[in-house]
Amino acid sequence: MKLRNGGLMLLTFMMAFIISACSSNGEKVPTSSNSSNGQTTADVPQEIVVRVNDDPDFLDPHKATASISYQMIMNLFEGLMAPETDGSLKEGLAESYEISEDGLTYTFKIRQGVKFHNGDDLTMDDIQYSFDRLMGKNGGEKMSNNFDNVASTEASDASTFVIQLKEPNSNFLYSLTARQSAIIPKSNDGKHNENPIGTGPFAFVKYAPGTNLELKKNEQYWQEGLPYLNKVTFNFQSDDQAAIMSLMANEVDLTSVPWHRVGEVESSYNLSHQNNNSSLIITFNETKAPFDNVKVRQAINYAISKSDIIDSVFAGYAVPLGSNMSPAMGDFQKKGLESMYERDVEKAKALLAEAGYPDGFKTKITVSSHNDIYSNIAQIAVANLQEIGIDVEIEVVEWGIWLDRVYFGRDYEMTTIDLTGRASAYEVLNDYISTNDGENFFLFKNEEYDKIMADVLKETDQAKQIDYYHRAQEILAEQATAVYIADYQIVWGSDKQVTGLKSYPFWFHDMSEVKFSN
Amino acid sequence: MMYILRRIILLITTILLVSMITFGVFQILPGDPVRTMLGTEADPTQIENLRSELGLDRPLYAQYVDWMKGLLTGQLGDSIRFSMPVKDLLFDRLPVTMSLAGITLLIVLLISLPLGMFAARRQNKISDVSLSTVTQIGMAVPSFWLGMMLILYVGLQFSFFKISGYIPWTQSVAGALSTLLLPALTIAIPQIAINFRYVRTAILEQVQLDYVRTIRSKGMSEQNVMYKHVLKNSMIPILTVFGLIMAEVVAGTIIVEQVFSLPGVGQLLITAISNRDFPLVQGIVMYITVAVVMINFIVDILYSVLDPRIRLR
Repeated sequence: MKLRNGGLMLLTFMMAFIISACSSNGEKVPTSSNSSNGQTTADVPQEIVVRVNDDPDFLDPHKATASISYQMIMNLFEGLMAPETDGSLKEGLAESYEISEDGLTYTFKIRQGVKFHNGDDLTMDDIQYSFDRLMGKNGGEKMSNNFDNVASTEASDASTFVIQLKEPNSNFLYSLTARQSAIIPKSNDGKHNENPIGTGPFAFVKYAPGTNLELKKNEQYWQEGLPYLNKVTFNFQSDDQAAIMSLMANEVDLTSVPWHRVGEVESSYNLSHQNNNSSLIITFNETKAPFDNVKVRQAINYAISKSDIIDSVFAGYAVPLGSNMSPAMGDFQKKGLESMYERDVEKAKALLAEAGYPDGFKTKITVSSHNDIYSNIAQIAVANLQEIGIDVEIEVVEWGIWLDRVYFGRDYEMTTIDLTGRASAYEVLNDYISTNDGENFFLFKNEEYDKIMADVLKETDQAKQIDYYHRAQEILAEQATAVYIADYQIVWGSDKQVTGLKSYPFWFHDMSEVKFSN
Repeated sequence: MMYILRRIILLITTILLVSMITFGVFQILPGDPVRTMLGTEADPTQIENLRSELGLDRPLYAQYVDWMKGLLTGQLGDSIRFSMPVKDLLFDRLPVTMSLAGITLLIVLLISLPLGMFAARRQNKISDVSLSTVTQIGMAVPSFWLGMMLILYVGLQFSFFKISGYIPWTQSVAGALSTLLLPALTIAIPQIAINFRYVRTAILEQVQLDYVRTIRSKGMSEQNVMYKHVLKNSMIPILTVFGLIMAEVVAGTIIVEQVFSLPGVGQLLITAISNRDFPLVQGIVMYITVAVVMINFIVDILYSVLDPRIRLR
C-alpha cells in the first residue's frame, strides 16, 4: 500500500512538471507585450539588456577604479566636463569655462536647473562637497591623487565655481569628467555606494551582486528629450561564449562578440567595431638582463610578427601599433611607427649577436589567465622567438597573482597585457611608462621621455603639445620599450533595432541616446 | 539523544578544521584582494584607504580570530569584493543552488530508479546491454560540454528555456523552471548513469536471494515482489551511493552555474576565490560543510528507517 502511494507521488510530481512547463508558454505572451508599455510607440521596446563581463567594484563613483565599473556607472553620474567620442571634451555640468592666462585659474559657469535623481537641485554646495570628498577635506581620507595639484576650490557665486591650481597642467580638464570627479549630492553622504545618486541620464534602481545592475530613466534629465529608454539592465556574464548564445536567444540586446564567432551572428545582428584605444603589448622587466639592453629589445621587436598575432588571435580585428598611442586618438598619434620593426629574422639575429647573445638565451613569459588572448599571444611569440634562438617558457597565472607579482611586484621577465585606453593623450603616454608614474611596471627609464612628459603639461598650445607627444612616441619606438602589437577592436553585436550606440576611446556604454527603432 | 549530541560535536569540529584549512590555504595563496578588485588603475591612495577600511592591513591571524569571534555570535562578516554582509550574499543565492540541487536529485531519482529496475529485469537482453552502453557514455561526458550542447540544441531551439540568469520561484514557477531545468539536466545526466548502474546491481543481487524465490512461490504478483520487497531491500546500498551523489551534485553546481550564468552559491565561490575574498570564501565553505554534514545525517537516519535493525548510536 505504502509503495503504491509512492508511485502516485512520483506521478503527481511528473504531472506538476508537465503542467507547469505547458502553462508557461501561455503566460509568456502577455509578459513580453507587457514589458514594452512605453509612452511613445507601443511596439518598440523601451528597455535594453546589456551584457558586461563582471560586477562593478564600487557604485560610489569616487571609490570605483576598475574600468568595468565606469562602463556602467557613467550613465548615472556627470562631471563638470564630459567626454566626447573622439577623445576630446565638451561641457558637462559646467555650461562654459575659462582658463586664466597663467593656466592656474579655472572658472566654471554651472548649468542651472539641473536636478539629482532624488529630485534635489544641484547646488554649489554639492560641487564643493564632491571635490572636498575627493581631496579628503571632509575629514575623510583623500580618495584620489588627481587633485594633489589643486590649491583651492571655491564657489564665487551661485553659478560660478573656481578651481585654483598650484602649477599649470594642460591635462587638468580631463580630471573633471564623471570618471575622475563625478558630482554627487551632499545629502547622500555615507550612502554613495548602497544608493548612488547623480545627475546622469539614468538613475539607480537595484544592484544584485553577480546578477545585474538595473537603471531607470531620469525623467528630469537636463538634456531635453534624453534619454530615450525607460530601463537599462547590465547583466553580468563572464563567459564570452555563453554571452553570444544569450544574444542569439534574445536574452541580451548588446554584447561583445568573440572575434572568431563574428561569422555566426553577422547576418542577423548589427555589428559595430570599436577601436578599444588600448595598446596590447609584450613587455619586459627592463632592469633585468638581458632586457636592459636596447638591442635585445629591438631584436625581439624584429622577431615577433604582429600580423600573425592579429590574424590568429583577433581574426584580423585589430590595428597594428608602433607605440602606446592608437589611431583612435586621431592627430595625437604619430603615424608610421607601426612599420618600424617589420619582421626580419636575420636582422633580429644580428642584433642579438651584437648585444652579446649570438646563441640566444632562455627566459619566461608570465601571462594572466583571466582572458585567453594573453596565452594565445604568448604562444605565437614563443614560436616567433624560437627562430632567433630565444627559448621562452610560458607561465600562466591567475589575474590576482599577475597583479601581485608582475604588475605591482615587478618580479617577472616578460609578460603580455593590454594597457587600458585613456581619454587623454597625456595619460596614454604617461601612465605605465614614464618614471614619474607609479604604474611604470616595465621599469622603463629615459630622461628625454620624462622631460617631455613634464614639459607638455606646461604647454598650453595644442599644436605644440602634439609635437611633444609625437616625439614621445618616437622614443618609445626607437627604444623598443615594448613590443607594441595592436589595438584590438571590440566587436559589439546588437539587436538590429538598436540605434544610437556611441563608442568612446575608452570603455563606456553610453545609453543616453540609445533607442530601438523599426 | 547521544547520537544527536555526537553529531553536533562532529559538525563543530568539522567546521573548525575546515575553516582552519581554508585559512591556511589563504596564507599560502599569492594575490591580494584589494589589488584584484581595483585593478591596474587604482592609485596607491585608493589601495591604502580601502585596505585600512576593510581591516586588511592587520595580520591575517588577527582577521581569522575576528572572523571566528563573529561566527560564534552568528556573524559572517562583510564581503571584501561586494562590500555587503556575507550573510545577505549567501541567502540571496541559496535558493538558486538549493532549487538546482533539488531538481537535479529529483531528475536523477525519477530516471535512474525505474531504468535500473527495468534493466535488472531484462538482464543480458539487448535492452539491458544497450542501456549499459549508453550510461557508460553518459558517465564519461564532462558537464561543461554537456551544458554547452544542451544550450545549443535545446535552449536555443525551444523558446521556453532561458540559457542564462535566474527567475525566482516567487516571481514565476514556470520562469524558475525555464532557468533551472537545463542546468539540472546537465548535472543529472552523469549522475543518472552512475546511479543506474548501482540500482541495477543492487536489484540483481537481491533477486538471487532465497526469500525472493519463497515469496514468488507463495504466489505474490511480480509487481509486488519487485516493489514491495526487492526494491525496499536494495535501498541500503542505493542510499549510500545516493549520499555520495548528493555531494557530487553540490559540487556539480559550481561548474554548471558558471556555464548557465546562474547566480548561485557556486558562482559566488568562484568569484570569491579569484578575488581572494577571505570572509566570503569562509562563509561559503561553512555552508558547504554544513550541507554535507547534514546530508550524511539524513542518510544515517534513513538507514534506520529502511532497516530497523540498524540503530543510531
